[in-house]
Amino acid sequence: MLDKLLFYFFAALAVGSAVLMVTRRNVVHGAIFLITALLATAGIFLQLRAEFLFIVQIILYVGGIMVLFVFVIMLVNLDVALQQIQFARQKWVALLVALALAGQVGLMFWSSGKMPGQGLPMLTAAAASSLPPNSEEVAKSLFSSYLLPFEIASVLLLVAMIGAVVMAKKRT
Amino acid sequence: MQATIEFLKLYWAPLLCGVAVVAILPLVAGYIVLVERKLMADMQARLGPMRVGPHGLLQPIADAVKLLIKEDIIPDNADKMVFWLAPVLSVGAALLSLAGLAIGPAFQIAQDINIGILFVVGISALGIFGIVLGGWASNSHYSLMGALRSSAQLVSYETAAGMALVSALLFTGTLNIKSIVEVQSKEGIWFVMLAPVAFFTYLVASIAETNRAPFDLPEAESELVAGYMTEFSGFRWSLYFLAEYTNMIVVASVATTLFLGGWLRPFASVRRLNFLDFIPTLLLVAVAAYCVMRTPKQPTRVQQLFMLAVAGLCFAVGLVLLAPVIVPLINPSLRVVVAPFYAGIHGGFWFILKVSLYIYFFMWLRFTIPRYRFDQLMRLGWHFLIPLSIINVLLVGVALIAGSYFNLHGWGLLLVTTPAAVITLVAALMILAAEKQRDAGHDPNAASDFYAG
Amino acid sequence: MLPIENYLFLSLALFIIGVIGVVTRRNVIVVLMSIELILNAVNINLVAYSPLSGDVAGQVFALFIIADAAAEAAVALGIIIAFFRNRETVLEDEMDLLKW
Repeated sequence: MLDKLLFYFFAALAVGSAVLMVTRRNVVHGAIFLITALLATAGIFLQLRAEFLFIVQIILYVGGIMVLFVFVIMLVNLDVALQQIQFARQKWVALLVALALAGQVGLMFWSSGKMPGQGLPMLTAAAASSLPPNSEEVAKSLFSSYLLPFEIASVLLLVAMIGAVVMAKKRT
Repeated sequence: MQATIEFLKLYWAPLLCGVAVVAILPLVAGYIVLVERKLMADMQARLGPMRVGPHGLLQPIADAVKLLIKEDIIPDNADKMVFWLAPVLSVGAALLSLAGLAIGPAFQIAQDINIGILFVVGISALGIFGIVLGGWASNSHYSLMGALRSSAQLVSYETAAGMALVSALLFTGTLNIKSIVEVQSKEGIWFVMLAPVAFFTYLVASIAETNRAPFDLPEAESELVAGYMTEFSGFRWSLYFLAEYTNMIVVASVATTLFLGGWLRPFASVRRLNFLDFIPTLLLVAVAAYCVMRTPKQPTRVQQLFMLAVAGLCFAVGLVLLAPVIVPLINPSLRVVVAPFYAGIHGGFWFILKVSLYIYFFMWLRFTIPRYRFDQLMRLGWHFLIPLSIINVLLVGVALIAGSYFNLHGWGLLLVTTPAAVITLVAALMILAAEKQRDAGHDPNAASDFYAG
Repeated sequence: MLPIENYLFLSLALFIIGVIGVVTRRNVIVVLMSIELILNAVNINLVAYSPLSGDVAGQVFALFIIADAAAEAAVALGIIIAFFRNRETVLEDEMDLLKW
């Protein structure tokens, strides 16, 4: 019961914040709503018993990436931007395409339940205490089976750091 | 019906703790401010607040009343929603991160979270938004610049603090707060002795994380008016203030848990030194005796009675602390019954003592060292502390591998971690020398980029 | 617990909103924020399968996506800052230097 309640609460929060983010005229308000959407996603992770990912989402995404976004928004904030046209010229075509995509995938989910034996699986309710500690499972997996992607990710982050510094440096 | 009872049993204790913390913490923060003012006065050869209440002890209450009845001024053209939201974010993040801590072995504030330390550090990082959005919403140049500087400082020192915590976490293998203290109890040695460089790094980084002096440029009175807090007055300002002191408590608690042995008394696992259990009682009785001695010197009757009341209170608490220690000595069969009380009360005492010492060190530093300029601050964080903490993690890891190869435990680990600490310090000196050499080539009076990138 | 369709529908909804944001808004920073939303939708989809199989592979993949999103956000914001210094604009239809 609590699971259902938490899921619907976080799902409503996520979708609501996402809609609000995409429609705000003021970019800082949009950033605040993205922060709320990311926190709701972290809540979904927690509800799925992925506690390590929950805290990583909060530390990295909300505490890192969103701080970066808010900084840049304040550096490039133009008051004149608030009076300009908000949406691009092709907004109706874009909306149509997006809704077509939504309809397609939604239809796939809905009809998969109708065919016997080919429905989507139901998640089992494993008790929280019987699961091994989540961070240790992720760590074991990360350092044994997924060691190569881990090292590549660190090289990627190094390259991105150098790239970002070079791009944002002032040319004297 | 049964499900409701189960639900209540599972959640009532953390809810009650949460309500108690939110109700009591503003008062505690107010009294920490009073202690700071008295300390500042003592170090400056004066007396501090003395008028409100005996020896100024009702000063925080007077301050709270003043802040609550002040007029709420919102600047023109300020974004009202974000102006309202910013202090709420700051204080919410600070109070929520308190929920992950544990004061005693059975005394956790919320639940026993498996990712304890990471939860506390991660949620307290959400306070940065309160600062940045508060500065932006004030619609004022000084606020915005102060907010950007303050959040740049916080973000820079977060990495160093995290790496310092990782160095200590290498010894535990888990993020759970109770397990961390249990490992320190099992090994019989606090991690401050096994990883001193990490403790020093965390100390410096935590001073910068809480915007305390000497890293308090963004909120100092003579710089940028008051930084991001300039336009906030009355209750909103008191929320920011509460967030800052709660952050201090959180950071001190994390350092205590990870480095200073949490709720363990010194030499917790050595049976022979069990007489150290009498130290809490002796300390409190000494304070009570001092109060009684000073009573005749008080000028008025009210203050004399007050001193006697304080003495009585300290004596009573000392007796309460004595009980779990004396009872097993008199009647050994009651040891098992008394053990939870011992663990709870004495654990709480030692934890609060260590947190208080850490905060005392913060305050001492504030009144002793001049402020860092902003570019000096950023250089210290990025050029010195982050390389130092990363090198420390590497060397402590190597030391641990060597320790497990030679099968060392407890105090034996010092044999491998001391060389690691020495090599890290040598590396630090080399970094400093390289910086100095590079500075010698630069003109020290040239204007530097204050946005730091 | 819940049937997995719930999580997949949530992920789909966030994905669609993100796509609408990317294609429709003029402000390049909002486009970037919508891309982050898309990546989060994918993360939810991946993590939803991990209690099912008992395997943490979904969570590890989501972790790598978060790291990758951080790297991409940093570089993209660096590019935006560099462009803003030159042209004083953050609107996508005014960034037409390469147009014929």
